[in-house]
Amino acid sequence: MLSRTSLFDQHEALGARMMEFAGFNMPVQYSGIVDEHMAVRQTAGLFDVSHMGEIFVRGPQAGAYVQRLITNDAGRLQDGHALYTVMCNEQGGILDDLVVYRLKADAYLLVVNAANIEKDYAWMCAHKPTGAEVYNVSDLMALLALQGPQSLEIAARITDLPVHEIPFYRFLQPAPSRFMGFDKVMLSRTGYTGEIGLELYCETKNAPALWDAIMNAGQSLGLKPAGLGARDTLRLEAGYCLYGHELTEATNPYEARLGWVTKLDKGDFLGREALATIKAAKPERMLVGLVMQERGIPRAGYSVTTESGEAIGVVTSGSQSPVLGTGIALAYVPNSKYFTASDRILGIQIRSKVVLAKVVRPPFHA
Amino acid sequence: MNTPSSLHYTQEHEWVRLREDGETVVIGITDYAQRELGDIVFVELEPEGDELDREAVFGSVEAVKAVSELFMPVSGTITAHNLTLESNPELVNADPYGEGWMIEVALRDPSELDKLLSPEAYEAMTA
Repeated sequence: MLSRTSLFDQHEALGARMMEFAGFNMPVQYSGIVDEHMAVRQTAGLFDVSHMGEIFVRGPQAGAYVQRLITNDAGRLQDGHALYTVMCNEQGGILDDLVVYRLKADAYLLVVNAANIEKDYAWMCAHKPTGAEVYNVSDLMALLALQGPQSLEIAARITDLPVHEIPFYRFLQPAPSRFMGFDKVMLSRTGYTGEIGLELYCETKNAPALWDAIMNAGQSLGLKPAGLGARDTLRLEAGYCLYGHELTEATNPYEARLGWVTKLDKGDFLGREALATIKAAKPERMLVGLVMQERGIPRAGYSVTTESGEAIGVVTSGSQSPVLGTGIALAYVPNSKYFTASDRILGIQIRSKVVLAKVVRPPFHA
Repeated sequence: MNTPSSLHYTQEHEWVRLREDGETVVIGITDYAQRELGDIVFVELEPEGDELDREAVFGSVEAVKAVSELFMPVSGTITAHNLTLESNPELVNADPYGEGWMIEVALRDPSELDKLLSPEAYEAMTA
């Protein structure tokens, strides 16, 4: 049985095409992936990403507990700060990528991928110290992502909160009745599109009215509803990793170019020893961006080859870039300058042909 | 969904229009198929003059999020391509039964048309 988000009626009324994603019946597109993608790059788009998981941690040991679970340094967070990180197993394999919100010194919200909610929650329960409590509150919370150059202006039309003044990766805590009368909207300057934007967390029951209010407020500024199809092409153009593609339990943060969220010197944490070994030995492969030099669209699972067609790696995500009008990909290749240097020409096996592609450092669209 | 009554259809979501000469057909993909694929960015077709069996691959359609192979609804020789699709592949989305046609084929065996789906059968299949 597929779960529905609280916005199912909104999606149906907007004529969305729905598809199954991580057990949820989610909108994949409304007006079309390219149209929605360009709306987010040029004006704004509104996404229902309520399938994402929210795990709440509290108690006197909450800070130390979160710090032990994640690779990034939660010790530097103040109330109202958010942090992108990964959570690794003892072998240094990535269990998930997530955003940690510090609500208070003893209360944190961890936002995880929909497909990993059960796994992450079980992992967190298994490593919970006394003095900390952990709750899976995913079913109680809805998440809307309002993204694009006009997103802050649109939000400012329906709240007196200072939306323009929230720094990147900071958030305003749920405050009663500051958002069109909706209680407890958490307003976060985060996103997954490579554009300026907000993510709005609210109680499930308030999501339909909040969605409608944002859609109405944004209409005259070109706001469009956007689905998971555009969310994926936007994140790929921005060069962001997607769990299940670039990130899996068989990948480590160094090869995924997430060394910047891996703070070995912050003190002990789960996976630290293995990650220190991997870092010292240098990872065997490395994630690179590829831009097609010829006609063809790379897709996940296609082989990456040398110019002459010898297989050396694999595409983890690929698509046509709506902004560039060419195929783009993220791919793992051997960790040698010979393959990873910018402007290096490699090939991608697209059915019977080897099509040439150039190594670039994402983002692709900027 | 639009399913013109004058055409033949396949389970692979192609349509076939028999020309008045009774010997050549025009082939494209259905309205249902273009909607399922979404924004189409490339159409690749086998060269003119190729003689292909029924169910052989005659090309592929690439959309932003998906790639789909194209299968010959009937056996025959490709006699023409829709060259406009090289620069305007989005015509397949905009007008799948008209400007978005893909190839013209000289039939090897006109009786193969009897093996195709009627509009009613195709509509029932995609309902």
